[in-house]
Amino acid sequence: MQDKINITSAQYIQSEFDDSPSNIKAIIDGMEMFVPIEPANRHYAEIMRQVEAGELTIEPADEQPTEGA
Amino acid sequence: MARALGLANLLDHQVGGRRNLIINGAMQVAQRGTSETGITTADYYTVDRFKLDFSSLGTWTMDQADVTDLPGFAHSVKLTCTSAKTSLDAGNFGLIATLIEGQDLQHLKKGTSSAESFTISFYVKSNKTGTYVLEVGDHDNAYRHISKSFTINASGTWEYKTITFEGDTTGVLDNDNDSGLGLVFWLAAGSTFSGDPLQTSWDSYNGTSRATGNVNLADQVDNYLQITGLQMELGETATPFEHRSYGEELALCQRYYEICAVMFNGDGVGAADFIIPLKVTKRTTPTATNTGTTGSYSYNWTFSSISSINNDMTVRGVSSSGAYRAHRYGITLDAEL
Repeated sequence: MQDKINITSAQYIQSEFDDSPSNIKAIIDGMEMFVPIEPANRHYAEIMRQVEAGELTIEPADEQPTEGA
Repeated sequence: MARALGLANLLDHQVGGRRNLIINGAMQVAQRGTSETGITTADYYTVDRFKLDFSSLGTWTMDQADVTDLPGFAHSVKLTCTSAKTSLDAGNFGLIATLIEGQDLQHLKKGTSSAESFTISFYVKSNKTGTYVLEVGDHDNAYRHISKSFTINASGTWEYKTITFEGDTTGVLDNDNDSGLGLVFWLAAGSTFSGDPLQTSWDSYNGTSRATGNVNLADQVDNYLQITGLQMELGETATPFEHRSYGEELALCQRYYEICAVMFNGDGVGAADFIIPLKVTKRTTPTATNTGTTGSYSYNWTFSSISSINNDMTVRGVSSSGAYRAHRYGITLDAEL
């Protein structure tokens, strides 16, 4: 059976070290969770399933200030 | 004769090394808590490594229930129906399952001409007598599956069951950290899962043959099912339950789920990152959840983010202005299958 996890929001979090996203901050079953970008992680797999099904959109990461700006 | 068979089984398959492929089979570990009420959907709730899944099957409570009437066991997993579903619609179902990584099942030689049989044994107790189904599903090969039924004969009495599953010569299990096989105890199954005769030999997926004949445990409030002493072992004979220490079992469970905490404490205003080693390397990169303030420290630090890898995590906190700055947060890490 497939997980039927209730995901109400998802947003990429930018890595501290480069421009790539480090993980996804998501509200899952009412809890704030930090989900790694890792196909073997069950929450990430379910997020991507819902994205592909058109049921969920992952918002882009917030803009980070440029160091020294 | 039985003793001779058991000895032969040991000599053939089980000398040296661990016999039981099930983690937490004695239901000793319950990191998430010992009781959860109001369950209607799929997730891990109380006893570690055991996942529930429901589709419109009323409401349930999952307990790590104490055992006082089965010598040798102190705990069980107990599922109690608190809101009934007396008449099943086609797609209704309920189950409790445990999943095993493929890399831990390679000695079953599944998908080869020398595939090994395995035996599952357990103690079960319910107020509802009748036929139940135990299914084994292959998560690497389009869910090939096999189901065997067992009978609960007497109400409210622990009964010992052993069921042997023949080896499957089709479908090699991936040697990886994802789900290989899953053991599924059915609680109820609508016609979508029970229209055809039970599939009692390994074969490709046929949804309507998965749980034919299973009772509807949801047909009455207060119906319950308890399980403990779950063992899966190589060979065709069940041997006595392999008891493991609590510490051993906890460490095995922590590969999939861990509870920890972080304490932010320092002067100044701004962000700070803390690297925290995990107690046990995780199966895969876990999902990290901030479960909120724990303990008595809750001053002027805001939890910002967590990023984790298999064996440590980095937690960021932001300190705001204030005379005293110290804050303790709880964190859970979930790498379950």
